[in-house]
This record gives sequence, C-alpha cells and structure tokens, in this order.
Amino acid sequence: MLPVLDEEEDTARADVSGEIRLPATLEGAGPLPATAEIAIVGGGVIGLAIAYYLAKRGLNDVVVVERGYLAEGASGRNGGGVRQQWSTELNIRLMQESVELCRRFAVDIGVNVWFRQGGYLFLARSQAEVNRLEKNIALQNRCGVATRMLEPRGALAIVPELDLTGIVGAAYNPTDGILFPWPFLWGYARQAAAHGARIFTQTPVTGLERQKSGGYVVHTPRGSVRARRVINATGAWSPQLAQMIGVDIPTYPIRHEICSSEPLKPFLRPMVSELSSGLYCSQSMRGEIVGGVTIPGHDPTYGKGSTLEFLATYARRLVRLIPILGDIKILRQWAGPYDQSPDGNPILGTPPGHPDFFLACGFVGHGFMMAPIVGKLYGEWLTGAQPHEIFGRYTLDRFANGTAAHHEKEDFNIG
Amino acid sequence: MSSRADLAIVFIVAGKIVLCRCEDVTLADLEHCVSRGYRDIEEVKRYTAFGTGPCQGKECLAAVATQLAVLTQVPPAMMPPFTSRPPLAPTPLRLLARDPAAHRFADDPESERPR
Repeated sequence: MLPVLDEEEDTARADVSGEIRLPATLEGAGPLPATAEIAIVGGGVIGLAIAYYLAKRGLNDVVVVERGYLAEGASGRNGGGVRQQWSTELNIRLMQESVELCRRFAVDIGVNVWFRQGGYLFLARSQAEVNRLEKNIALQNRCGVATRMLEPRGALAIVPELDLTGIVGAAYNPTDGILFPWPFLWGYARQAAAHGARIFTQTPVTGLERQKSGGYVVHTPRGSVRARRVINATGAWSPQLAQMIGVDIPTYPIRHEICSSEPLKPFLRPMVSELSSGLYCSQSMRGEIVGGVTIPGHDPTYGKGSTLEFLATYARRLVRLIPILGDIKILRQWAGPYDQSPDGNPILGTPPGHPDFFLACGFVGHGFMMAPIVGKLYGEWLTGAQPHEIFGRYTLDRFANGTAAHHEKEDFNIG
Repeated sequence: MSSRADLAIVFIVAGKIVLCRCEDVTLADLEHCVSRGYRDIEEVKRYTAFGTGPCQGKECLAAVATQLAVLTQVPPAMMPPFTSRPPLAPTPLRLLARDPAAHRFADDPESERPR
C-alpha cells in the first residue's frame, strides 16, 4: 500500500457495522441535481481545481461530471513535473504561483502529494539550444526565477551519472519539482466536495444545449442538469464538447507515451530533460524512474495504445545520456493525450457569443502544472473578482482574428 | 462474543491478508479504498498501487478483483481487469535500447544509425 495519502481521521475503518460508507466526494449513483449555478465538464485536474476554488470561495452550487473515473485522462497519465522554466513572461509568472500553491498543497488540502523540489535540469546538445536557453533564462531571472546556465561539468555536479559526450550546456533551476498526480486530484475532489460541490464520476455528457432563457442544459445518462454557466475542462476532448454548441476549438490530441521503471533507492534529484529529443526522466518518491520522449511525426489520435517504438526510443536516448540506467528494468508503459493548441498556449475565457461557456483547454501536456493557478484564477473570476489578464489574452478568438500571430508563442513545451 | 467484537477480529485479520505482494496491499487496504469511494478497479489500482510492482498484476489482479466484487456487490463478470501494460515482463533498458524500432533523431551518433 502506498504511504498514507490522506491525513484525515480514518473513520471508515473504525466503523465495524459492516456498512460501506461512501464519502461525498464521489457520487457513483443517483441522479444529477436538476439545476446548478455552474456545471464543470471534466473531472481532471483542471476541472477539480476550479471546483475546489469556486466552492472554497462560497460558490458551491457546482456540479462536476466526469465521463470515467477521476484521473482517467491526461491528468492521471503525466509525469508530474512542475517547472518555472518557460519562454514567455506570462507562463513564467503563472508557474511561479503554481509552484507556491504546490508547496502549500499538503497544508491547504490535507493530502500528501509528495511534492519534491529537486530542480529541473535541461541539457543542450547544440549552440542553438544553448542560445535558446540563455534567452529564456534572462527572462526567467527578470521574473525572479533563479535559473542559471551551467557548463557541462556543472551539470555533472548535479547528476554525476550523466555522460557528457555531446552535451554543450545546461539550464538548472533548483526550485522546479515533481509531484504525484493522483492524490493531487483526489485532494481537490475531496475538498471541493467538503465545501459542497457535487462530483459525479462515470457520467459522460451526451448533449449540451443552450437555453434561450440563458444558461445551458447538460445531458447525461444520469439525467440532465440545467446550469447557468458551463466550464469545458475536458482536456484533449474539449473540441468535442464545444462542438455540441457549435463552437470550434482548434486543438487536437497528440498521444504521448511514458514509462516507469522498477524502484531504486533515491539518487536522482532533478527532473532531467534533453531539448533535442524531448527526453525527460525523474525519480518519483516511490523510487521509480518515470520518463518519456517526444517522437515527432505522428498523426492526432485519441488512441492510448503503447508502442515498442516509444520504449526503444526512450531506452536508446536515456541509456546514451545516463548509461548506468542501462541495467534497470522497465515495469510498465502507458499513454495519454496532449491537448495541442496551435500556438502552444492554453485557451481560456469565453468564446465569442457564449459569455457563459468557459474554456480551460489547450495546455499542450502542461495542464497539470498549470492547474493550481488556473483553478485559483478561475475561482476568483467566477466569484466576482476582476478577470486576470490570462482570460483576456489566451482567448479562443485570437486564432480567428489573427492576433495569435502577434502573441508570444510558447516554444518551451518540452517533454 | 458480540458481533461487534467478531467484526473487530475480522478487521484485524483483514490487515494480515495480503492481496498484492509486490506492493504490500492487504484486504484492509482494499476495504479502506472502497470506503473512500474508489470502486472502479482502475481507481483501486491507483489508490492502493496494487498491480504496479514487478508482477504488474499477474499474481494479484484476480485476488483483488474477487474481493472488490464482494465489497462493491458488483458481479465478477461485470468487472473487467485493469488495462495491462507492456512490457510483458520487466525488461532492462539496455536491451530495449538496441531494438531497431527506435526513432532516430538528427543528433543520434552517426555510427549508431541503421545501415
């Protein structure tokens, strides 16, 4: 059994009446309420973070509907990396806040998510990559992120197991980190439910209708809920939900694979990533080496199958970079979809003509690390605060009216 | 002995019944998991970590599924196994690294490229 994930008093075990007591968190049975102020579609980390912040701020007439189980989509399939090394000021500043929220997560939410700030080490194999890192580091330093450029030997001081052949430079920020994704979701779900939000798993949305009188009706096999506002937090499936009300979202699903090794005693502090291949790996708190690699040229797909191509490519790149890992064994591999947006930035706010339909998609594989701050900012906005600038900048209509071309394009969607 | 005490003994014993040896998951762990609302076998896997060790479920999946069926009162026939994950058996990276299925990047060493 994993070490204790939730730190609440364990009443369920002490109860010897034989009755299994379901917590309010997951409503596996029963109909949806007829109405809600806000319906959130998608029980991934984004939807649950928003639900938590809404409910905590007193707006708890919230229903979350999740097609499968919590963490079934990309939220349960990622490597758990949380970093501030980005190429645009907005993303850097957002991730500074997300890291702070991750640091406080165990205290605020009451769940141990094994957040560990071991840093992120990016390795460059060409001068062009070094130049790119240096440009980003200058911006990160201006924002107060202490990333620094290292000579190859400096990287060796952080990860002595590296083979430096072909490495020409590295970027290292000691306050980036990793977490364990699943309890992160469960923590948000439990706290959202404790504040009154209602979360329905195994509840796919079969239809979405706009009401003439305002609001939407969300249809599911468990019944329909009429909501004044709807939030699309369905990740790679966002275009499908939006299409139900005639909104086109230009994101597409790209399958990314990942794998995990047998557990080893702790030896690898940072997340290690190689720019040229998108290779990344870190050691989880369970001791496993968890990592992936980006193989270009595959068509969009919702498929979650595993391939030998991935495993062989990952192994080849990783053993070249850290030869001593050649003898460890891979236990399992899996896959999940990135919600790929055309300019590498998320799509937030409302689409034209739908002031009560909110988007939280297009996170390009980095929605998990963005979720704490995006959830918090959405929670504040939808409970009456002034909208944060992300809701005006990362809008859907930037693609239609051509302003996306003038935006900063995020070029650091690595891994 | 009262029925309450009987059940207390069952609870104590459940803590000794190991369902997943790789990850040390007991019947009591499973009961706790179900009591928290995690009843889908995929969720149970994630909550307890059963089936994520060296055997990848080959030894424990049937045992956990059988007990989960009892606890959730779902017929065993309605309980599909969790998604099995490659590789079939734990495989060293060094072996995988030699497989010709690997994608070649522009910066792969020339000598290692396929002839």
